[in-house]
Amino acid sequence: MAPIVSVSNLSKTYASGFEALKGVSLDIEEGEILALLGPNGAGKTTLISIVCGIVNATGGKVTVGGHDVVRDFRQTRAMIGLVPQELTTDAFETVWNTVTFSRGLHGKKPDPEHIEKVLKDLSLWSKKDSTLRELSGGMKRRVLIAKALSHEPRVLFLDEPTAGVDVSLRKSMWEVVERLRASGVTIILTTHYIEEAEEIADRIAVINSGEILLVEDKKALMTKLGRKQLRVDLTQPLETVPDSLASYDLRLEGDGERLIYEYDTSAERTGITALLAAMAEAGLRLKDISTRQSSLEDIFVEIVEAGR
Amino acid sequence: MNIEAVKSIYFFEMARTRRTLLQSVVSPVISTSLYFIVFGAAIGTRIQEIDGISYGAFITPGLMMLTLLTQCIGNGSFGIYFPKFTGTIYEVLSSPISMLEIVLGYVGAAATKGLMIGTIILITASLFVDLSIAHPFVMLFFFVLTAVTFSLFGFLIGIWAKDFEQLNLIPMLVIPPLVFLGGSFYSIDMLPPFWRAVSHFNPVLYLISGFRWSFFEISDVNPLASAAIILVFLALCMSALTWIFRTGYKLRS
Repeated sequence: MAPIVSVSNLSKTYASGFEALKGVSLDIEEGEILALLGPNGAGKTTLISIVCGIVNATGGKVTVGGHDVVRDFRQTRAMIGLVPQELTTDAFETVWNTVTFSRGLHGKKPDPEHIEKVLKDLSLWSKKDSTLRELSGGMKRRVLIAKALSHEPRVLFLDEPTAGVDVSLRKSMWEVVERLRASGVTIILTTHYIEEAEEIADRIAVINSGEILLVEDKKALMTKLGRKQLRVDLTQPLETVPDSLASYDLRLEGDGERLIYEYDTSAERTGITALLAAMAEAGLRLKDISTRQSSLEDIFVEIVEAGR
Repeated sequence: MNIEAVKSIYFFEMARTRRTLLQSVVSPVISTSLYFIVFGAAIGTRIQEIDGISYGAFITPGLMMLTLLTQCIGNGSFGIYFPKFTGTIYEVLSSPISMLEIVLGYVGAAATKGLMIGTIILITASLFVDLSIAHPFVMLFFFVLTAVTFSLFGFLIGIWAKDFEQLNLIPMLVIPPLVFLGGSFYSIDMLPPFWRAVSHFNPVLYLISGFRWSFFEISDVNPLASAAIILVFLALCMSALTWIFRTGYKLRS
């Protein structure tokens, strides 16, 4: 199946000379949730803004649903809903009016029933006649989502949707995202909360300094890079790893008081039994043993560091 | 053509007028009434007729133009500047809508408001003085064309302005002197020859003169010259706008 969003060799240099994107290529499949992960200033928002038509690209090409975003902007933008990072709202408008306005802007005839459904889904129905300035930050965020859903988009961009949002709202927001995905909407979200990407995304793309460092299925990524660490605390510090343990590729930490052994949980033999036996043979006395699973965060830091 | 989007922007803008009814409609009516009381009733009675027209009636077209220009520029610039200022412009830019449709929505609403207020002033004026319009279609031509042109001019200012000071610069500092010195309250025949010659460089003189001609068939300059000036200014605004469409100036980085 052809990707719903296809970005090829996209570059953007701002008037200031800042190179925000350096030849980014990325395909997004219909119906998936893709998390675009990267530190501040990585180029996430620029990438989204080009796809949505807010920023002009310097080079490269983007298609949405097979249409070019510049030449066929009417088709592509009608398919896209965008929830921006900033809480930008018309303070003096009512929730109902601002959401209805968004639908009209996207060329759709008024459909009060659909607007009602969107507002109810986002628990905004009771606030439909309130002006936006009366709403809390979390509510405003939901209004922005309602605006983006007002015209029934096939692709939804969520730019840092949970920045400054409390835990319960975050949870209810993910429920909405899940429901949308179930209805076939493709979702692209940017975040720097790694646990968020880990929890909700199907695939993860890591972007840093305007370059895509990796795009991978989340599970495959976790298995591929998800290594485990065995940490052994010793009663007596060591200066060097004993020669008899050289074959285990151990690392000394904490002034020689801790040995670190990395192993792959998916391997047939982890080597832990043999290692512990060899440690006893070498006369090492163990104070404590713990294991640690590397999180997406570790993977992320590793990738970004390696990319530097 | 994304008609729904044009309608959405237009009615969204018109809704703001309803919300700010006092500021949008009542205040120009009050200020116009004050002009009529001061210039028409108090001072005007001591001023002789100009070309057979009572002074109160003579100033009506100029007053309408004064309000029309400031209102259209103000509304046209604010309509596009405000979303830029609050950031909600992202939505317009990411919608399936061409720049032409954006302009139709915003400029259409600004011009409508200007025409509404201009009409209210005309009605208010007719309560104070006897008015007759000699050439209603010519009057409508100048009225509508001026509203559209200056709403478009306002739109350009709104895109150009980077803060509220710049936004107010032209409507507050440039337009009033041009209108006051453009023969709103006098015929330039009353001026010494030097200032009469200088006045011919003031484009607003042509607007007011042409508009006044449609009422009373008296004018400082040839009405055709007036029509030409407004059309030239409209063409200039359109060219600037075309350039903005092409480059994305201050809208799309």
